[in-house]
This record gives sequence, C-alpha cells and structure tokens, in this order.
Amino acid sequence: MAASKKATTRRAAIVGGNRIPFARSNSAYAQASNQDMLTATLDGLVARFGLQGKQLGEVVAGAVLKHARDFNLTRESVLGSRLSATTPAYDVQQACGTGLEAAILVANKIALGQIESGIAGGVDTTSDAPLAVGDDLRRVLISLNNAKTLQQRLKALAKIRPGQLVPEIPRNAEPRTGLAMGDHAAITAKEWEIGREEQDELAVRSHHNMAAAYDRGFFDDLVTPFLGLSRDNNLRPDSSMEKLGTLKPVFGKGEDATMTAGNSTPLTDGASAVLLASDEWAAEQGLPVLAHLVDAQTAAVDYVHGGEGLLMAPVYAMPVMLARQGLSLQDFDFYEIHEAFASTVLATLKAWEDEDFCKTKLGLDAPLGSIDRSKLNVNGSSLAAGHPFAATGGRIVAQLAKTLHEAGPGKRGLISICAAGGQGVVAILES
Amino acid sequence: MSDWYRDFANSGFGTTITKQLGLPRPAVLRRHEPGRPLLPGPAVIDSAGDGRLRDALTQLLQGEGIHVQSPVTADGATDGEKPAAVILDATGLRTPADLASAHDFLSPAIKRLRATGRVLILADPPSDADSPAQAAARQALDGLVRSIGKELLNGSTANLLYVPEGAEGSIASPVRFFLSGRSAYVDGQVVTLSAADVPADEDGERPLAGKVAVVTGAARGIGAAIAKVMARDGAHVVAVDIPAAGDSLAAVANEVGGTALQLDITAADAAQRLVEHLRERHGGVDIVVHNAGITRDKLLVNMDAARWNSVMAVNLQAQLDMTQALLDGDVLKPGGRVVCVSSQSGIAGNRGQTNYAASKAGVIGMVRAWAPQFAERNATINAVAPGFIVTEMTAKMPFGTREIGSRINSLQQGGLPVDVAETIAWLSQPGSSGVNGQTVRVCGQSMLGA
Repeated sequence: MAASKKATTRRAAIVGGNRIPFARSNSAYAQASNQDMLTATLDGLVARFGLQGKQLGEVVAGAVLKHARDFNLTRESVLGSRLSATTPAYDVQQACGTGLEAAILVANKIALGQIESGIAGGVDTTSDAPLAVGDDLRRVLISLNNAKTLQQRLKALAKIRPGQLVPEIPRNAEPRTGLAMGDHAAITAKEWEIGREEQDELAVRSHHNMAAAYDRGFFDDLVTPFLGLSRDNNLRPDSSMEKLGTLKPVFGKGEDATMTAGNSTPLTDGASAVLLASDEWAAEQGLPVLAHLVDAQTAAVDYVHGGEGLLMAPVYAMPVMLARQGLSLQDFDFYEIHEAFASTVLATLKAWEDEDFCKTKLGLDAPLGSIDRSKLNVNGSSLAAGHPFAATGGRIVAQLAKTLHEAGPGKRGLISICAAGGQGVVAILES
Repeated sequence: MSDWYRDFANSGFGTTITKQLGLPRPAVLRRHEPGRPLLPGPAVIDSAGDGRLRDALTQLLQGEGIHVQSPVTADGATDGEKPAAVILDATGLRTPADLASAHDFLSPAIKRLRATGRVLILADPPSDADSPAQAAARQALDGLVRSIGKELLNGSTANLLYVPEGAEGSIASPVRFFLSGRSAYVDGQVVTLSAADVPADEDGERPLAGKVAVVTGAARGIGAAIAKVMARDGAHVVAVDIPAAGDSLAAVANEVGGTALQLDITAADAAQRLVEHLRERHGGVDIVVHNAGITRDKLLVNMDAARWNSVMAVNLQAQLDMTQALLDGDVLKPGGRVVCVSSQSGIAGNRGQTNYAASKAGVIGMVRAWAPQFAERNATINAVAPGFIVTEMTAKMPFGTREIGSRINSLQQGGLPVDVAETIAWLSQPGSSGVNGQTVRVCGQSMLGA
C-alpha cells in the first residue's frame, strides 16, 4: 500500500458497495444480530472486491438500536470478517444519518491523505432489539451486585417490585416529545398540506422503480443474499394506487390524516457497506471508481421549541452546501431523497420551492426551486426497500454512485437524509 | 460425502466378506496432493516397434524424479520394485502383427502393477495411417486400452494418447496428468493431441500462477471444487453464479481468495457484462470454465417448452454467447483456455433428460468446431464430461438408483467434484496447448455410453 500523503486534499472515490437484502422486522432476520448482519455484509464486500486478508485504512459503521454488549460493534464485525484483523474500526451513531455520516468521515480522512481506503457502513435490527430494565430495577440490581454480605443481598432483593419487571422496549419515538417519528412527520405533512394521493404516488413509484432495477440486474453487484433472502422482502413490484388507497392512516389524527403503512417505511432489519478509497489505491487494486464524494453538510433544527418539523433539517443543510459549491438545486442529474415517509420527501421539495420559507427560514433571496421529478429516486428508495436506520445511508451512497457511473462521467447526484433528533445530512456525488 | 460401501469393502471384515461373495471392491483412489511425487513408484516403459517417443518419455519421467525400469525388470526376471506405471510407446506400429510385442510387454508388466497404478499407451492416430493395416493396428489400441481399463483392479486406470506427427512436443502435460493423482477418476479415455507451441517448463506446483480464471456456477458442488483447485494451482478465480446464490458464492470467493461476480448468465446483456467486468478489473482473462448447468428432467412426451428452453439457455446458449463475446471483445488473452462442462448424458443419453442430454451433446460439438479457430490464437477449447459425481444433488437420489449409478464403472465408485476440477485445471495449464477440441470423460470408465 502506498504511504499516505501529508496535508493533501483530494476527492474520495466510491469503489462500490454491498448490502444484504432488507427484511421487515421479525421476518427473515428475526434471529440475526447486528453483528451477524454487518459481518455478512462486510464479507460480501470483501468477496466482490477481493479484499481477503487486506488491511484497510479504517472501517466505520454504526447501529441506532444497539445492545450494550455491542460497544465495539464495528471492530468486532471486522474481526469476524475476512478483512485483515489489523484493520482499525470505530462506531458512529447519528440516527438515520449514521450510514451517510460514516461515508463522509471515511471520505474526509481519505481526502486529507490520512488513509487510502476505508469502508463505511451501518446496520440495524428492530427484531433483535435490546431490552432495558427500568431505572428502579436497574438501581436495585446494581446495589445487589455491590452487596457483600448475605444480609445486604437480601435487603437489596427485597426492594424489587413486580411493576419493575416490565422491560423498557425501544420505541421509535422522540425522547423529548414522546411522539412517534410518524406522528412528527404527520404534523409536518399537515403544515405543508401534503395530500394522500401524491404520497401514494411516490410510494408506488418507489416500488416500481426498485422492482425494475432488480429485474434489469442493477442490484447484482450491490446486494448479496442473506438467510434465504435475495431481494428486499418489503418490495411490492405490483404495488398500485388502488391497493395503497385501501389502507387506513396510521399517523396523524382525524379526517385529514394521510400517512398510511403504505406511504411510510416499516421497521426493517438490514446492513450496508460502501468501499471508499483514493483514486490511486483503487487503481493499484485494479478496482473501478464509480463516483467521488464531492461535499457534505449536516444541519439540525429545533423541533422541540423552534416550531420546525422533526425531519426538516436537510432542507436547511442543502442551501449551505449548494452555496459552497456554487451550484443550484437544478444542477443535478439524479436526486436521492431518503423516503422515511413519502410526506417527508414531498414536504422537503415543497419547502425548497416556497419563496416565503426560503426567504424567512433559510435566509435566501430566492427559493431553491423545483426539481425534475423523473430524476428522483430512480432505482427506488426506502419506501420500497425498507429502512434499517443506520443501513440506509450506505444503500443510498452505493446505489447513487452506481447510477451516476452508468450514466457516464461528469454526472452529479444529490443525497438528502433526515434523521431523528431533528438532524439532517446531505451530500454530493459526482461520476 | 463418504462412500460407506467403499470404506466397508476396505475394512478388515469387509475385505473378507466382499472377496468371498465376489462383490465389487472399490479402491481408495490416489488423488493429487500438492508436494507429493507424480508417481508413488517406478515406471516401466517399452516401445512396440521403432517408437519415436520413448526417449522423450524417459527423459520426462526422470526429470520428475521417477525411476524408469526396463521391461526386463518389469516381467519379474530381476528383483525390481513393482511399477506404479506401465507406459507403452506404440508409435512404431505398422501392422496388426506388431501388436504382439505390445501384448508381450503389457501382460507381465500389468500383472506386477501396484494399486492405483497407471497404464498409458501413446500411438499415432488411425486417421493419419499410411495403410489400412496400419490404421487397423492403431485403432486396435483403442479396444485394447478400454479392455485393460475394465480388467485393472485396485483403483488403477488405463488411457490412450494419440500423438500425430509433429505433436511430439505436446506430450509432457498430458503424460504428467495421466500418471498423476489428478486423473484419479479418468479411465479408459482416448485423447488426441495436436501440434502446438508449448511453453517451456512451468511451475509444477502452481501451474496457473498469475492467471485469471472465470468459473461459472461456482457457488456450490462441482463449480466450487473447480474454484478451489484453480486457486490451489495459483489462479485468481472470478467466481460467477446467479444473484440468488450470492451468499454461497461470496463464501467460495472468500475461501479461495478470489472475487465474486453475481450474474445470471442467461440475461440478454450477461456476456457483455462479463466482458466489461473482466476488462475493467483484470485487463482480460486467461481461463474460462463454463460449468453452470441445470436439469429440468421430464420424459420428452411430457416436457413443456419452459423445461426445454431453460436447460438449453443455461447449458448451451450461454456458453456459446459468452465465448463468442470473449473472442469478439478480444478479452480472452493469447494462450487462453476455455473448458466447457458437458456430461455423460450428452454421450450416452439418459431417460428423462432429452433436454439436458441434447444441450450437453451440443457442447461437445461446439468445442470440436471451435478448436481450429482457437488454435490460431494459440488458445484451446475443450470439454469435460463428468459421469456419476457425488454431490449434494446425487445425495438426494433414491438409495438404489444412487448405489447402482455410482458402481457401474471400472472403478466401482462415484467420482468426486475434485476429480472433475483436476481435469479442468489440467486442460487450463499453459503446457496443455496441444490438447484442443477434445472431450475428456471423468467417469471412472462408466459403462454408460462407453
């Protein structure tokens, strides 16, 4: 391996990716742990690019729902994989932004010449989720553990009450509001007057686009089967407006609730990984360069007191990054806007088109404007694949890089991912 | 997968029982292990008439560190070690009367042949004969070798190499193969060599070092075994299989230090995608093994179009399309090797397998027709036709069918995936440039289609 060069900046190359098919919660991967899935995903990537026994610069990944024992999840997965055991690794966590943030971290180290190659990934299971004991019981158990005499132990045990034995199950809810993410999204959908029909249309298109991509072999070098699944089991190639129209709203209240199980992502299990490198390293290994990571930006909004929607942070991140690059929202060939909910994608696009919002909230002279919808999520997105929180970023980066590569050199792609806690991550890729 | 009967027949009690009852006594075959000598003992060589290969053969064997005995030692007149190989140079044959000397040599020599020994006869092809009498004498060897194969015991084999005038330089690689453990399950075969540029001595342990080898259907069974043997012999393996088999494919690729390429070889753009992948990642390819194959059995009268078409698409059309694309794209490097997997069914036919047998027979026709064009590039194209090979697939057969299927051959046992793989790896060697357009059966001299 070439020695890393000091104090250079260069664009990190995306060589390729791998993921396991995503599975709806408590289905095909009900018995698989985060480490099982991440290890299998790394091994699939190793096989695709012949990385057996190779020492990479770094492996960066994370999970949103994580057991206490998985404190070193990524490093443990590397040790269980076919990569060299001398490959360092660390965990990151930025809710649904984890996967993209991991890619940005790896790309930045490559850009600075600190490493020549690295893998960015993410994994999540909502099936093998950690259960925690309540704080009362936890305190009793800690004092039991600290007790030295039998008397002390009995005294500690005597404090246990039946009500304490109910475990805390992780919920897809914001700690500061107690609202489910879908309920937050429903508030935003209502505020931006996002209709049921346009949400269902977006969902149908996502399913159809992804099914078509599978059929033409697009995912042949992006996905490796796992535990009997070779396609995402949330994917409904025959999804239609009629079918989605029959579903009852699950988020929001009253007559005008629009968000259903069909236009919201389900809880999902899965893992993804992306191989990044310097151009030189890729050339040395005889590996292709699909695209480069050009720039990235994060933002956060005050959804608790600030009156902004929980999932609207990417809206704020985008103009900052575009201004830095001297680009307009229309200067892209492909857009990947993570479909946490169809309404989130639509509210995001609507906000960028809104003159008043862009002026008052984003501080812009003019709205960012609209995009050509035919360039949006062209090979399907989270509504079709499902959304294992930390794994979505890696799916999108690899998928977009390949889309750009297929379109030829000099094509630009935009990524926008919303995350819990009122955060957002956006990035630009270029082939 | 263990051969319980073979293990029983080779146990103390089993030996007694099988001998007394006259039951088949399958031997434990001598298979290739890196680092082991070509032969476990000396070889004895003689020529019928004025053979032109005897000196070259002697030198070749001595170069391998094998002691070469004279025929006198072999007939027991002296106290020589029992031979592990009996080799006859029959290139001097002129008339059937000359065959008497073949008999005089072979009869006592084979009597003393060790277990898992090798009988190899080299002769000119009958088609090149000067007279009908000479053609008759040469063709007679065919029947002779096949009969010897059926008479040999204890895992020994007999094979015949036809060496035309000018192809003398091609003999080293085939001779090594037929003497070695690599040919453990290749018995009663006739291979005709051709004149070719044969590269100078190669690395004996890693003859495929530095080569890039594509293996289709590599996720399991025979394909996985091919990938392993190719990698053991030094090749970088590009393991190809359908996307749905991607997890086992990745495991194979990782085990052999190769790469996995998920590809449905029947897709319209499959050949082009393979070409682009090989060009981009490896700058071309040295070895292509068309192993992927499927069965969709049904009697012809009950067979629907889907069964017929899918078998033809995978087993024959994909091989044609990919090979043509590799040639057209100039991706197959000079000295390239293409090995196509045919089947015993393609030679003998099989009830319920009209589609499969037709596709596999087609493969034999394909390699024969393509051979001259490949020779112009100093490349080769050959086929192997496996017989009863013990795989996950045969494990699912009914007990009786499986036992009978595995015993009706001269070695009285099923072959292993590695046996097919060894033959393919041999055909892929740079030194095998004189083997072209051939179909080599890996069947233990099966009685089917023999």
